Amino acid sequence: MSSQATMHLPLFLILFPLLLAGLLALVGGNATARSALAKVGSGTVAIGALALYWTTLHREAQFFAWDAVWLDRAVLTAEIAVALTLLLISLRGRQPLIALLVLAQGALMALAEWGGHAHPHVAAPLFVDSLSVIMALIIGVVGGLIVWHAVGYMPHYHHHEAQTPDRQRGFFASIFLFLGAMFALVFANHLGWLFLAWEVTTLCSYLLIGYSRTPEATRNAFLALRLNLIGGVAFASAILYIARTGGSLALNEVVASGSATALIPAALICFAGLAKAAQMPFSSWLLGAMVAPSPVSALLHSSTMVKAGVYVFVRLAPILQDTLVGLLFALVGATTFFFASCIAISQNNAKRVLAYSTIANLGLIVTCASIGNVQAVWAAILLIIFHAVAKALLFLAVGSAEHSIGSRDIEDMEGLIARRPKTALAILIGIAGMFLAPFGMLVSKWAAIEALMKGHPILPVIVAFGSSATLFFWTKWMGKILSTVKGAPPPHGPVSMEEKNAMFFLGVLTVGLCAIWPFISSTSVKPFLLSQFGAFVEFNRATILIMSIMLALIAALPLSLLYKGDKGLRIATPYLGGANVSERHLFTPSIGLTKPVAIRSYYLTEIFGERRLTRAGFIACLALLAILTVVVST
Amino acid sequence: MSAWTRILAAILFVLLSPILAGLLAGLDRIISARMQSRIGPPLLQPIYDLLKLFQKERIAVNRSGHFFLLGYLLFTILAGIEFFIGGDLLIVIFALALASVFFVLGAFAAGSPYSHIGAERELIQIMASEPMLIMCAMGFYVATGSFQVTTIHAQPTPLIATLPGIFLGMIYILTIKLRKSPFDLSTSHHAHQEIVKGITTEFAGPYLAIIELAHGYETILLLGFLYLFFAPWPLLALAALIAVYFLEILADNTHARLYWQWVLRTSWAFTAIVGAGNLILLHYLQRGGTP
Repeated sequence: MSSQATMHLPLFLILFPLLLAGLLALVGGNATARSALAKVGSGTVAIGALALYWTTLHREAQFFAWDAVWLDRAVLTAEIAVALTLLLISLRGRQPLIALLVLAQGALMALAEWGGHAHPHVAAPLFVDSLSVIMALIIGVVGGLIVWHAVGYMPHYHHHEAQTPDRQRGFFASIFLFLGAMFALVFANHLGWLFLAWEVTTLCSYLLIGYSRTPEATRNAFLALRLNLIGGVAFASAILYIARTGGSLALNEVVASGSATALIPAALICFAGLAKAAQMPFSSWLLGAMVAPSPVSALLHSSTMVKAGVYVFVRLAPILQDTLVGLLFALVGATTFFFASCIAISQNNAKRVLAYSTIANLGLIVTCASIGNVQAVWAAILLIIFHAVAKALLFLAVGSAEHSIGSRDIEDMEGLIARRPKTALAILIGIAGMFLAPFGMLVSKWAAIEALMKGHPILPVIVAFGSSATLFFWTKWMGKILSTVKGAPPPHGPVSMEEKNAMFFLGVLTVGLCAIWPFISSTSVKPFLLSQFGAFVEFNRATILIMSIMLALIAALPLSLLYKGDKGLRIATPYLGGANVSERHLFTPSIGLTKPVAIRSYYLTEIFGERRLTRAGFIACLALLAILTVVVST
Repeated sequence: MSAWTRILAAILFVLLSPILAGLLAGLDRIISARMQSRIGPPLLQPIYDLLKLFQKERIAVNRSGHFFLLGYLLFTILAGIEFFIGGDLLIVIFALALASVFFVLGAFAAGSPYSHIGAERELIQIMASEPMLIMCAMGFYVATGSFQVTTIHAQPTPLIATLPGIFLGMIYILTIKLRKSPFDLSTSHHAHQEIVKGITTEFAGPYLAIIELAHGYETILLLGFLYLFFAPWPLLALAALIAVYFLEILADNTHARLYWQWVLRTSWAFTAIVGAGNLILLHYLQRGGTP
């Protein structure tokens, strides 16, 4: 099928993080060794992913025949080890439901393995195509930068959270295990291997969310485990179904067999994807996950975990295309997008706003992938790329801001632009990247609306309402950062070099991607779409031109700020409805006392209250899933 | 359209819009005055006002204000250019949204409580009107198969026949976009219902002039949207635009400002019923026609 030589890089990307995880578990107790290993590791996965990208440009998919009994046994052993670990965790935490879910998965997998039917055989368990390369780039580069940031961030974290025991050894080991599993997940063609990687990411997210071992962290870690294991049971059922019906466990053959035969297992795997991608009604685990240190949130939200959920949707898109099942999944995604975007309006905790925005954007990706036409899948892949970069930047910057202002409340970020200009700029770029033209997310949202118009018009209608809500909460946040009312309280605690590096690169990437996305699209997205759909939607030249003009304008506008020698401008104090006194933010109202100005944002809880809308979203999505179950089983 | 026609259209839009919008505002003020039993100002008064504002001393609360207002003006003009050269409607809408965001951020950055409230209220207005704008583009797409203004403009039959609901929805949100009562939450021309001066509180002189100018461009652009519904029959289109604008003035003078909850709820509900309803109905009608 192809030369084995090109397989070295993917294999290296899977095994190297695993090796580092082992090394960190051994010698990670020493702070110097730990940070050195983590830095080498993050640099290596980033460079490895870039090297893979360059060596596979314009290439078609390559499959790696690798048939060895010991390999199957090794994977089986690993599967059992993961299951036993999860079982142990559930017993120690007294979580009977989790134990039950693990046992159910084990039973399903055992039936698939030894159930008496012909043993499904996969000739090529690993493969590389342009979609896996894009995913590897996200995992390697964005994930690598997050690890780099974590090296500088974690000492600060422990400085601030003095009561939390320092378990950084296990922390960094889990992160590299996570990265290795993510690489395995995107290079796996054997569904059994993919499932193993899937479960390892679930396990790692449990370990990382529960890092601080506070009751809240432990509770939320178990919540994440529980919800993702429900998805895992669905995934295992898909494998059993395929084994029973005598189908192939090779991902490429499942996709090629089309919706006539593969719709049921595809629906089951996508159901697992919904849980992992934190779609309603599974969204609560991602909100709980923010108790973890910021790099973990960044990792879960941008380059790993949730992206694994939408990855399977994109893979299985050709099966979902033009089916009722696909339309129902698309509706779940659109509903989640709408409700999560609306709820974000009512949130003042920066990390919760980011979490709701992640849930919303993944909903949009799920919608696009489930509609499954060429243009929709194109939009889904670009959304994955842009979202990963901008969201990672936002989480890291919010984490750093939290350390310097001692709060993650958006209200406390008032005037951050004056107090911490660079961190503020990072947040502003991240936010602009999330919703403003001509930045990436908007490019793909625009493509998404066009693509969804070819499906049922109800989908873009829901998206139109949801996007308006995103405009509200993002702009409100930007405004808060730019609003300089008070004399700036001095920030405390320096931002480490590693944090600055990571934020700088992610900021440059967020802006740079707006300029180079047509290149990425034609080198990596196009080959994938051609192989899956035999077609590609070429982008309108005029549109790219106008987007470039907008980008240039946005880049040029801040230059006007440099113009300081403006003689004709008189600076006055803002109107405060009373007599201003010496300080800019103090005034004397009619009563005669001197009062400070306090400005608070609108949260519109009367309409966008979290509890009410969460309930509505859950009910809507549960109803859709119920219909889905009926459709699939008949 | 050839490249030259496009360039000509862009230049005409940039040069003529301020004059057209000024005349329109003048007419608006005269008609409003008559409705209030006053005589009203001369027709050219808004243009005199604008020129006068540009000559005033520049006073601002910070040095970054002009940056945001410049963004507001430039991206509004860019949205208009994209529209009048026959470009992509979604891009027009997104550029317009970007322009509004710049405006709002300028008000936030001023750091005054009054402009802050105005900015938040402006955001509510944007949120209330944005879905209908996008749905208008979607309606044109369902009817013509394209988001390109050129294609939409070249339809042989008026789109109002297939998109009456969308047209009604657009009239509804035009009230918000034109800052007319009862939807003038963020800033109002009626002094009696204003919290100081809302979003424009901290902008004076030339800065206020930039805002007025950008608003003028935006008005012409939005009327362009409505024109597309009647494109094959220009005279009917003109009559429709005049009628719609008169209705807006009438509403402006007969209603007091509503609570924001009302503005948001009614405009989203109206958008969902007439806008989305029209879209979905049309979708099924077309399905029925071509199996």
